[in-house]
Parts: sequence; structure tokens; C-alpha cells
Amino acid sequence: MKSEQSIEERLWEYIDGIAPANEIPVIEKLLADDEDWKNAYSELMDVHQSLQSSELEQPSLRFTKNVMDKIAVYNIMPAAKKYINKNIIWAIGSFFIILIAGLLIYGFAQVDWSSTGKSKFPFDSGEIDLSKTFNSTYLYIFMMANVVLGLMFFDRLLRRKKMSYNKD
Amino acid sequence: MSTGLNDKEIISRVLRGEQHHFAELVNRYQEYVFTLTLRFIKNRQDAEEVAQDIFIKAYRSLNDFKGLSKFSTWLYTIVHNTCITFLRKKEQVVHSLDNENIFATVNNQASGFDANQLEQKSRVYMAVKAIALLSTDDAEIITLFYKAEQSIEEISRILGIEISAVKVRLHRARIRLKEKMEKYFKQEVKDLDY
Repeated sequence: MKSEQSIEERLWEYIDGIAPANEIPVIEKLLADDEDWKNAYSELMDVHQSLQSSELEQPSLRFTKNVMDKIAVYNIMPAAKKYINKNIIWAIGSFFIILIAGLLIYGFAQVDWSSTGKSKFPFDSGEIDLSKTFNSTYLYIFMMANVVLGLMFFDRLLRRKKMSYNKD
Repeated sequence: MSTGLNDKEIISRVLRGEQHHFAELVNRYQEYVFTLTLRFIKNRQDAEEVAQDIFIKAYRSLNDFKGLSKFSTWLYTIVHNTCITFLRKKEQVVHSLDNENIFATVNNQASGFDANQLEQKSRVYMAVKAIALLSTDDAEIITLFYKAEQSIEEISRILGIEISAVKVRLHRARIRLKEKMEKYFKQEVKDLDY
């Protein structure tokens, strides 16, 4: 069974014209001498020729007209790369970098650098009053304003983009 | 009416705004696209709708065709993806048509052969019927290779799989096709042999 599969596999490659060059004379010799190979080749050639001769399916006669009627209302979209605007990516990236930088600056500004202790760090972690930082109304306002501004900016860009495609 | 332009020339004209040239591409590939679509979607009406959508998608995305492959290879990638999306949406079962009921259904499908033509009992007819009995994956790869004139490398690009995987899948599909032909058309084959 396995050898039969191997024969078929090699024969299909030979018929498809993708058999390795060194294999071709070997197969040709087997086809000339070996009855099993001859029979298998004849069977596979029947299938091969039938598949090649089979006809394509025909759609309705109005097919092209239907497609052309439908595309009449469309315009060709810009290439995928073109509509992924780099400015948008930069704007989103900058927004988050500014947000993180702002938080870090604000956080470090709250640290009392003058205090000395046994800590290896330049500040004593025990002395950082997180509740003071994160309860700050100013911080909440700052974060909220950033988020709202970011979302508004993003929404504006998307709307503009959508409108330009609809116009197209 | 053919203008004698090749695919790339037609595309560049369409991209310049001469929309009517797209009709030539539709004429050239409609049968290939429809045949491939029918391998996924057995209902002819649905298949025709989907085939039309495929051309509309191709038209709208024409700027994305960079000419690195044949236009047909690019188009058949759209066929493959659109049909899979359609089947997912419809939650249609991608089935192996391995039972008598479905065999009967296949006979009823208007796939270019009516009752009178059944008399012909040709090997071509059997091959067409046997393809309809295959699973979607097998039927697709056989159609791409034999009817859509795609090489192994191009099929690998369309299906998004390795070349070696295409070879294996094609080989297995042909084995199953041969089995179907032997199983369902044994008598016809005998008749042809005598």
C-alpha cells in the first residue's frame, strides 16, 4: 500500500512536471519496464486529462453588467499603506508619551530628595506618601483633561478620515 | 469586447479613471471566480452574489495590487478570503460530501449538465461530479491547480500555506478524487472501458 502511494506520488510529480530532474529518467525507465507503473500511470493520466478537460462553471449572462452597475457608485480606495496615516500613529504615540512623562515628572516632584536614611536609594521609599500623590485633585484633573483631549483628538481624526472616504 | 490589453495594462487604465475597462477583467475571470466560489458555496444564486462582491472588492482595492504576482493570483486570494468570510457569517457547514443524500443534491445542482447530458457518461463529467463530492478544501485546491492555472507557488500564496503543504494537500485531494470516482462511478468507468 505504501509503495503504491509512493508510486502515485512520484507519478503525480512527473505528470505535473515538478519531478526532480534526476528522477525523470528513473520514472521513464520504470514506465517502460514495469507493468504496475504503466497501469498506475495510465489511471492517473485519465484523471489528469479529465480534470484538465472539465469545463468552468458559467455565471448568468448579466454577470458583468451587474458588477459594472455596482462598481459605478464606488471609487477605488487608496492603497492600504496610504490610508494608515503616519501622523495618526505619531499623534497617539506622542499623547501617551506626554501622559507618562507628565505623571513621572509630577511623581518625582513630590519626592523629598533632602531626607537622609539608610536606604541605598537616593530617597527613602518609606517616606513616599503615595496617598498624597494619588489623592491630589490636580492630578485627577490633569489626567482627565489629557484623556478627554486625547479622545477628542482621535475622534476628530477618525471623523475626518471617514468623511474623506465617503466623499471618494 | 476584448481590447487585447493584458491584465496589468487594463489595471493601469482603470486606475487612471477609465472604469469601463474593468469590464474586460470581469469578462476574463468571471468563470474562474464563479467556479472557485461554487466550490465553497454550493448554492448557485449565493455563489453568484459572492462572485460579484469579489469583483467589487477587487475593484475597490485595485490600488493594493502591486503587480508582484499575476492578477489572477491576487484575485483568487480575494476569492478565498471572501468565501471563507461568507461561510463563517452564514455558519454554513464546510462539509465533506460523503453520503448518498448529498450525492443526490449534487446531481440536482445545475452545474452545466442536465439529465440528457448524463447519458454521455464521460470521464470529464465524472471528474466534475467527483469534484463536487469533495470537501471544500480539496475541491478548491484541485480547481486552482487544474482550472485556474495556478502553480504550486501561486497556490501557496493564495492559501497562505507553505509550498510543501500545498503539494501534500494537492496529492491527498487527488487521491480522494480518485476514490470518489471509483466509488460513485464504478459502473460508468466500466462502461467506458468496454
